[in-house]
Amino acid sequence: MKILIIEDELNLQDAIKKSLEKESYMVETADDFDSAYQKLSIYEYDCILLDIMLPNGSGLDLLKELKENKKPENVIIISAKSSLDDKVKGLELGADDYLTKPFHIAELNARVKAVLRRNKLEGKNTIEFKNICLDLEERLFYVSHQSIALNRKEFDILKYFLLNKNRLVTRTALAEYVWGDHIDQADNYDFIYSQIKNIRKKLKDAEAHIEVQAVYGIGYKLVEI
Amino acid sequence: MKLLNQSLLYSSIPIFIVISIWAVVFYSNMLDEIYDSIDDGLDNYKLLIIQKSKRDTVVLHKSEFDESNYAVKEVPASLAINIKDVYSDTLMYMLNEEEMEPVRMLTTAFRHQDTYYELKVISSMVEEDDQIANLTKAAIGLYVLLLLSIILINNFVLQKLWKPFYELLEYLKSFRIDKDQTIPQIKTQTQEFIELRNAADTLISHSVEIFNHQKLFIENAAHELQTPLAVITNKLELLLEENNLTDADAQTIFQVMQTTARLVQYNKTLLLLSKIENKQFSNNHPLFLNEIVHQVVTELEDFAQFKNIKLTIEETTWVEVNMDPYLANILVSNLLRNAIFHNVKNGHVLLRIEIGSLTVSNTSKNKKLEESKIYERYYKTKITDKSKSTGLGLPIVQAICNLYAFKIKYAYNANHHSFTVKFT
Repeated sequence: MKILIIEDELNLQDAIKKSLEKESYMVETADDFDSAYQKLSIYEYDCILLDIMLPNGSGLDLLKELKENKKPENVIIISAKSSLDDKVKGLELGADDYLTKPFHIAELNARVKAVLRRNKLEGKNTIEFKNICLDLEERLFYVSHQSIALNRKEFDILKYFLLNKNRLVTRTALAEYVWGDHIDQADNYDFIYSQIKNIRKKLKDAEAHIEVQAVYGIGYKLVEI
Repeated sequence: MKLLNQSLLYSSIPIFIVISIWAVVFYSNMLDEIYDSIDDGLDNYKLLIIQKSKRDTVVLHKSEFDESNYAVKEVPASLAINIKDVYSDTLMYMLNEEEMEPVRMLTTAFRHQDTYYELKVISSMVEEDDQIANLTKAAIGLYVLLLLSIILINNFVLQKLWKPFYELLEYLKSFRIDKDQTIPQIKTQTQEFIELRNAADTLISHSVEIFNHQKLFIENAAHELQTPLAVITNKLELLLEENNLTDADAQTIFQVMQTTARLVQYNKTLLLLSKIENKQFSNNHPLFLNEIVHQVVTELEDFAQFKNIKLTIEETTWVEVNMDPYLANILVSNLLRNAIFHNVKNGHVLLRIEIGSLTVSNTSKNKKLEESKIYERYYKTKITDKSKSTGLGLPIVQAICNLYAFKIKYAYNANHHSFTVKFT
């Protein structure tokens, strides 16, 4: 899988690159309009992370260009602008997703995977790992083909973990994903713990070959056992 | 004190002084004229009596005034030589008035066939005290009349003259910098008012400009912070994934991350506030508040459960409001978050939907809040844990209410805090 990051803030570009490389993607970068334009016209990518405000031009123009040339790339806009207009405009121009800065790495991972999966669907929309299977369409969870009941939040949490397997998911990122991001007054995320406890118990009881590990007491990691 | 009354007060004192001086001058002039006229009369009388005495010597023997107005007395020549015409004021008994009254008397001397006579001629005088009393009454009357006419003039003429001023004043009073850009024109030909209006215009356009700059600055600053915040967040997250961290290192990094998360929250909230105030939400359509409330309660029941807080929805009717669904969600969600956050363990929150209104009330150990301050940005009670609240929740609620002209009211009753939003 080849991914192109078009982002002029080099520190951010570097962080995203490192994170995506951990997922074993081939990552290339561009930090202005011209170099991005060049790379896009020569190579093909599976996914493009596109910043809108670039030196020498707008990311939206690049997006227009891509769609006019009928390139099949998936595009995720990463922008500092969170206004609805920009979002709507970006999605109308054919972007697959829109992520507002700042975001969590886990969130970016999940979005990239979701976008990549969308194109590779072969009739089913499931995440499979070891002996477990998560049916995103029907919102069902199977361990060794046995259906296990999960409530809505548990399902969302497990899905997020599976999209970030072997990666650290901080409690903050998890809370924002599951409980929405306009959380004010709630950086006390202890309540997440009870949900995690339930998931662990269900995984263990069903003898799943995965488990949710606590990391430094600040987040979790889904690993195989 | 109103300008009209003020001008009346200021003019009443000088008018009083002017009228007083005028009364004194007028009285003394008038008195002079009266003396002059009486003295002329006495002089004429004197000549008539002297003439008559030459034909009829009976006149010379009239030594008492009695019924007439003169008296003649023989005097030695030596004395008569020294007598000049002298006018004097004296008192004389008047039969009709039955008291002593002032009279004007001319004392003179004349010679008749080598005999010298002294002649006294009198004339009845004005009664000065009566005169002064009359004049004072008239002066006071004039004074009152003048004041009355000034009041009338003020009311009819000045009020008409000052009308543009009061119009301008009303416009300025109702001017809201976040709503209006200019004030309406006033019709006036008066130079001063035109200048005042121009000065007000300049001031307003200047303030509006500063206000817009400030809004733009907040928005830009918040936007510009997004990318650096993303760098910090993501780099820290990557750092935490390193395997060779000690527990203490990890905790430190996490604390920095938490602080950054709060910064991110501030920033997002500020952006949201400026977007609401800049009216960038226009996706208004009718929606049922009941649905929003149920949706928000579902979103937040985990928070509530964790503190063992009971959420109750009481709905007696369907309430339809015309607003942006995103803002509707934030409005209800901020009120409910607030109610959960400031609650006590095992407390409860009641969401009551009535015709045209939503009330969120909660148990709390906090005392009554100061209503004038709770919508201020960054207002926090002492009890509020400062690290966990942005202090921007209620200002956002208020900004949304302002945008849609909803009314929000706070009440405190028996340890229950409640916020009511009226949608009409």
